[in-house]
Amino acid sequence: MSGRVLVGVKRVIDYAVKIRVKPDNSGVVTDGVKHSMNPFCEIAVEEAVKLKEKKLIKEVVAVSCGPQQAQETIRTALAMGADRGIHVQVTGKDYETLGPLQVSKILAALAKKEDAQLIILGKQAIDDDCNQTGQMTAALLDWPQGTFASEVSMEGDKLKVVREIDGGLEMIKINTPAVVSADLRLNTPRYATLPNIMKAKKKKIANVNPADLGVDLTSRVEILRVDEPPQRQAGVKVETVDDLVGKLKDTGRI
Amino acid sequence: KTWCMCSDYCTEVGILMHLWHLSSKGEHINSFLFYTKQSCAEVFPYPEVGNEEAEEIQQLVAPVEKFFAEEVDSARIDQEAKIPPETMNGLKELGLFGMQVPEEYGGLGLSNTVYARLAEITALDGSIAVTLAAHQAIGLKGILIAGNEAQKNKYLPKLASGEHIAAFCLTEPGSGSDAASIQTRATLSEDGTHYLINGSKIWISNGATADIMTVFARTEVVKDGVKADKISAFIVERAFGGVSSGKPEDKLGIRGSNTCEVAFDNVPVPVENVIGEVGGGFKVAMNILNSGRFSMGSSSAGMIKKLIELTSEYAATRKQFNRSLSEFGMIQEKFALMAVNAFVMESMAYLTAGMMDRPGLPDCSVEAAIVKIFSSEGGWICVSEALQVLGGLGYTKNYPFERYVRDCRILPIFEGTNEILRMYIALTGMQHAGKILTGKIKELKKGNIGVAFGMAGKRLKSAFGSSVDFGLTGKDGVVHPSLEESAKKFEQNVAFFGTTVESLLYRYGKSMVDEQLILKRVADVLINLYAMTAVLSRSSRSISIGARNHDHEVLLANTFCSDAYFKNNYLMTQLQKHSPENNDANIKKIAKEVLENRAYICSHPLERTF
Repeated sequence: MSGRVLVGVKRVIDYAVKIRVKPDNSGVVTDGVKHSMNPFCEIAVEEAVKLKEKKLIKEVVAVSCGPQQAQETIRTALAMGADRGIHVQVTGKDYETLGPLQVSKILAALAKKEDAQLIILGKQAIDDDCNQTGQMTAALLDWPQGTFASEVSMEGDKLKVVREIDGGLEMIKINTPAVVSADLRLNTPRYATLPNIMKAKKKKIANVNPADLGVDLTSRVEILRVDEPPQRQAGVKVETVDDLVGKLKDTGRI
Repeated sequence: KTWCMCSDYCTEVGILMHLWHLSSKGEHINSFLFYTKQSCAEVFPYPEVGNEEAEEIQQLVAPVEKFFAEEVDSARIDQEAKIPPETMNGLKELGLFGMQVPEEYGGLGLSNTVYARLAEITALDGSIAVTLAAHQAIGLKGILIAGNEAQKNKYLPKLASGEHIAAFCLTEPGSGSDAASIQTRATLSEDGTHYLINGSKIWISNGATADIMTVFARTEVVKDGVKADKISAFIVERAFGGVSSGKPEDKLGIRGSNTCEVAFDNVPVPVENVIGEVGGGFKVAMNILNSGRFSMGSSSAGMIKKLIELTSEYAATRKQFNRSLSEFGMIQEKFALMAVNAFVMESMAYLTAGMMDRPGLPDCSVEAAIVKIFSSEGGWICVSEALQVLGGLGYTKNYPFERYVRDCRILPIFEGTNEILRMYIALTGMQHAGKILTGKIKELKKGNIGVAFGMAGKRLKSAFGSSVDFGLTGKDGVVHPSLEESAKKFEQNVAFFGTTVESLLYRYGKSMVDEQLILKRVADVLINLYAMTAVLSRSSRSISIGARNHDHEVLLANTFCSDAYFKNNYLMTQLQKHSPENNDANIKKIAKEVLENRAYICSHPLERTF
């Protein structure tokens, strides 16, 4: 076993930012807007680094797909403890239409190239909320998957994963190599301390083209229009239950 | 480097002769801000960080912002008057205790520019900002800038990690602004191996928590057979014994920062712990204080930018008279004030930091003092206006405004009171003008009418604001055309200032040093001039690189310059001989009568004499 873990990290608009739709409804405003690592990706990195600290795996490789700025996100992962990074360069139109299908193809190709034993991803990105990349990557590689993980432990060459599901918690045991997607309660990511950021400057980030991996980035999805959610209308106060029933009937709700 | 606003009668030759004169005396000159084409290179173009540093800044800012947003409970820190240990540990782990300590000693080795950038974030909590600044901007700075290898190796690593906390011990009950008069004494032992320090210090930040202190005390030195009592700087470890801290001061603001008295009772300090030369302590103290001051510009700017966000939320949603507050002129004015102030403070802070980061360790002490005065007073006004927008709500502890007001009040007081710094700026600025003028004045007094006519002629020329050109605008100008008007106003101010200074020196000569009300105006003009330079330089850069919203910057720059231009003209009018706009004589008379009686002396309006 190579003892190598691939962690996918995505650069997204920061969770605290108030999103605004572009005037032409083609997308959201990203220019000059604060971006940071997807929170679920942070949890994924933290889990990988923890496994390395427990000496259960040997190397953590952080991967990000995107334009030049994706390197910042990789650097944050390096500052959190990843050993090296891979920047898959995707720009322009390709980047605008980049989605789980393309990313999972890239990750699958990289996993084979890097002889990865484990892929850890965030369960979903907070910008598109797809929740597909982990699952697709596992399918492309024909690997088992442990999604919505709230606990991960290694038992020999098997992986025990506790999953958060609607009914509660489900525990599964899967073979490695495998794909895990991190859920909120898996861990609390560490801060990238400033000294670690400085040290991370010395860690390497390799540049890779999707073409070199034999991946076709063509999208099967076309975004027609992006709109803001409808404005919340003011409510109306009623005095009695009869009034309430009356109003509900009037607006056709019952 | 010192500033000199000489009028245009200082020809290139005159300047060069002056430079030659000073350099032959062995004085180290980096540059003068004469506003000749030569000196424009100092402030134009606006300093640019290298690519690596620019990337670094992005990376470093994120975790610090995150920490302050998620882990810092400022209300609790203010209420309990202490920073919780978990928060302190978080700050230490982030690496914020050794920002400017070189990497080889375990610090981050950040430049002044990056340090200033992070200060924008730490300023969001006043108590934390002051605790960090007291530790590294002054507490350990002496070791950093004047210490020897052995001292650096011994002390810096633990200070950088925050395992040890540092404090700066200069002020005494009887010696605040008059720092040179301190009485704490360091007596050399018989065997010459150590000093014994005795005395007490007050207003010491981190006084109770510091393990390592930079202490200033009087030592006997013998030079050329003459005994003198000079100040020396010492690294004192609490572990040496004899060091005791008083109870924490109950303060108006920055309540989470520890401030107390520190007493030294026969504290033994090895001679190896003297920082720099024995007897050279005062200079070390001044260098330390000068080196940290500029960051107040970025801290204040960071705080105001935050306040603009908080306040505008409220102004946009709160309605009175069926309109939101943001539609009313007097409210809009407050936002413009905050935006302009933040813009000026940022521009000045990073201009100064950028200059300080240039190789050769340039002396930017006058500029740093200017930044400190502008930021402390501007900050105070802005937080007050921000609170005003929220009205009664702003006055309650439910909102952070009152805490920002209380935290800000210390800014014009510590790190050199604004009164003292104004004196420093004015006198240093005039010192060089004085050197040039001395020659001319001697001629005048000898009755050399030709020179007198020469001066009068030039003065007339300047008075009509004609042909004043320092190369800022025009075909080869360094300022962008959309800022041309403002640059011209600036040049006019400089020219008028030159003749004003000339006239003042002639009228007062050496006794100028006691004319505080005059020096105050001189300083205020210099502050405005530096501020104008900073905004012109910064916005020129923004236009040329196509920065986002650079039109707004031009608007801010022009607004500020127009305002400052008129204020400067008024100040300088008051400085002219027999100026009717100058009420100084009356002011002094009023003060004298009040202070003699130690009370307001008017008889009560309801009293009768009949």
